[in-house]
Amino acid sequence: MLRSSFLNDLNQLKVDLNKMCYLVIKQLENGIDAFKNDDKELAKTVILKDKEVNDMERKIEAACLNLILRQQPIARDLRDISTALKIVTDLERIGDQIADICETIIRLNAKHAFKMVEDIPEMAEIATKMVRDAIQSFNDNDIILAKEVKLRDDRVDELFNNVKLELVEITKNAPDQIDACIEFTIIAKYLERIGDHAVNICEWTEFQETGEMDHTRLI
Amino acid sequence: MENKIVAKNLNLWYGEKQALKNIDLDIKEKSITAFIGPSGCGKSTFLKTLNRMNDYVDNIRIEGDVILDGENIYADGVDTTILRKKVGMVFQQPNPFPMTIYDNVAYGPRIHGIKDRKTLDKIVEESLKDAALYDEVKDRLHTNALGLSGGQQQRLCIARCLAVEPEVILLDEPTSALDPISTLKIEELLMELKAKYTIAIVTHNMQQASRIADYTAFFLIGEMIEYGKTDDLFSRPQDERTENYITGRFG
Repeated sequence: MLRSSFLNDLNQLKVDLNKMCYLVIKQLENGIDAFKNDDKELAKTVILKDKEVNDMERKIEAACLNLILRQQPIARDLRDISTALKIVTDLERIGDQIADICETIIRLNAKHAFKMVEDIPEMAEIATKMVRDAIQSFNDNDIILAKEVKLRDDRVDELFNNVKLELVEITKNAPDQIDACIEFTIIAKYLERIGDHAVNICEWTEFQETGEMDHTRLI
Repeated sequence: MENKIVAKNLNLWYGEKQALKNIDLDIKEKSITAFIGPSGCGKSTFLKTLNRMNDYVDNIRIEGDVILDGENIYADGVDTTILRKKVGMVFQQPNPFPMTIYDNVAYGPRIHGIKDRKTLDKIVEESLKDAALYDEVKDRLHTNALGLSGGQQQRLCIARCLAVEPEVILLDEPTSALDPISTLKIEELLMELKAKYTIAIVTHNMQQASRIADYTAFFLIGEMIEYGKTDDLFSRPQDERTENYITGRFG
């Protein structure tokens, strides 16, 4: 096989990206568990572990840029490398947002929030599943799953709007809860953004297979 | 864009060995078409069929048609001197004649009967300008061409080709013997020349094909495997063999 060292580097890139994907899924699951159970210790662990996510992003970015510099990849290789370069950004942001949620949990009585605001548990559940399935679609090159995951984002957006309305109602009836409600709104916004990043991962998965994004040809 | 050259069901044998198999390929006018593929795939052989340079090879047999501007160049009675005036060629190794820069460029026009000094001066100047060489050699037109650098010699060969006012320029790995800067100069030159000429180039340098060619054809063991817009061929090749070759997985 020609270019065996290039192919080894490409494989290593895929291995690292896979590790980062599963690290982010684990962070997300732990973060939501910490939120659900008001587990401040678990929340601290998630925050500390976020550095690992950030370090992986840098490592993968450097590997991608070096491959572009030294190997001038084309065709499928170019799509794989550019997809990796874009997806790590979304993974890192998901990591940041879950760490931010965990910081809020430490400040707040989060269990209270999880139960108090009716639609937050469903938001958390859908967003987590979106990320998990987006990563699966990426790993399996499954465009059908990617398209299906994108559709679920509408429900997350709808729930976010419901949460905002619920929180407005709560503050009207219980002005002493205003501070908490602001934090809950921010948490809901983070969950909504996590859904958006899952959509981005799906779009890059489609690009990796087709060279197109939203029916627009990129390469 | 109109087709300048159309190859139809072209087959070629060197003795018993078939070097081209059923090639169908259209070359668009005023564009650059690159032929890529591993050594021995038939790309240079195909290029040479376009101005019948293969006629001189022993034991060669050609079937099929090459249509240039609607006329079959393999038809009986075709004057190959006129054909090669219309379809010029530049080779891998710069091959200036051992004479002055001026005489190199004037050589073709003189053969075609132009004797008037002023006319020749004008052709030499314009051809050298079109080949992006004039500014570098204008003060030494009457010195020996062999004193030029390799890159300059290759541009002189292009000027010599342009001097007989061809419509098509065939280039067989024109930069493989040149340094990177000279290579880029030739590439820039070809990008300018395609406004006036139809260009077909054989190259082993895939980055070169992706930089300059509008269309690219991939050849393998005498067959044309895939042909299309360069952007398509290098980003989303349709045939697995093309993908494997251009990404360096075999060759």
